[in-house]
Amino acid sequence: MSEYFLLLLATALVNNVVLVKFLGLCPFMGVSNKLDSAIGMGFATTFVLTLSAASSWLIERFVLEPLGIEYLRILTFIMVIAAVVQFTEMVVRKTSPVLYQVLGIFLPLITTNCAVLGVALLNVQQDHTFVESLLYGFGSAMGFTLVMVMFAGLRERLALADVPATFAGAPIGFIVAGLLSLAFLGFSGLAAP
Amino acid sequence: MTEALLSLTVLGVTLGALLGLAARYLSVKESPLKAELTDMMPGTNCGQCGQPGCAAAADALIGGQAEVTLCPPGGRALAAELAKKLGIVVDLSAMEEHEPLIAFVNEDRCIGCTRCLRECPTDALVGGPKSMHTVIRPLCTGCEACVEVCPTDCIDMLPVEKTLRNWYWPKPASNQQSGNIAA
Repeated sequence: MSEYFLLLLATALVNNVVLVKFLGLCPFMGVSNKLDSAIGMGFATTFVLTLSAASSWLIERFVLEPLGIEYLRILTFIMVIAAVVQFTEMVVRKTSPVLYQVLGIFLPLITTNCAVLGVALLNVQQDHTFVESLLYGFGSAMGFTLVMVMFAGLRERLALADVPATFAGAPIGFIVAGLLSLAFLGFSGLAAP
Repeated sequence: MTEALLSLTVLGVTLGALLGLAARYLSVKESPLKAELTDMMPGTNCGQCGQPGCAAAADALIGGQAEVTLCPPGGRALAAELAKKLGIVVDLSAMEEHEPLIAFVNEDRCIGCTRCLRECPTDALVGGPKSMHTVIRPLCTGCEACVEVCPTDCIDMLPVEKTLRNWYWPKPASNQQSGNIAA
């Protein structure tokens, strides 16, 4: 049980997808202007990431490996991810029209969020079991959501701060992202024996 | 080879079927009134009404947050149509009926910054970086989106000049106004 907890903690904090592995930077910069939309995007991505990590593991184990066609891995995974994203879009549209409007174009763009494909491929690379890959996906997504929410909060305050004209807008956003990344590197101390 | 083809085909068909089923069970019913109102609007999403687009304006109309007179490019004709559709009685006489205006680029002031090109919802402005811009007159809907962004204020809204091609006999007065004379 404790190893699962450690895996979750390690993927969410120590190997954070956004700030340590630098995956999924597009929504990280794009949807972090407002806290509400960042939370919504975080949860939508969590749903997609967990579901696609699990389904891509199943496909890898029961379709690609027995048939010996591992070279089609990326193609197949992208297909599965696209289907899951479409499904998520329908669910969000049905359950929360407001969120659907807020997320706008970024919802279908989860398909091209490299964190989603990255996690699915890392699962294969690291020979995870089904439960492990499910937790790996969920942990990464939690880390993603955490970082999105933190960054959105920071940017909401930055909007009110007196930033020098040269740095106003995106540049100060990138600097803050860099500082956040440095701070997250500190978590690697957790992994040290 | 065969396995690869077959497995991808099966996967694609299965996922497609699942998505099709999901689309049926998770479908969202849009109000048919909204679609009708959106069709009546000019459809350029110019934003002069203060809503983010024509569909949003139709929503606001249905919800009662906006008046039927909200659309400047549509003018009095659109307001009358909308009022009829929504069953509202509005006094439109206060709404001034201006003659159709279209954009005109003052060429001695245009610096070729291409900002107006990006704003135009109907691609009626042509030109390139650092070269003169101009308006394709039949395409301009007079939404004034380009006027604000011009850094040198070189775009004016001018009335369409009367030529032999677009002049027409004035329409006869409508029944309402001529009613008194007949009676």
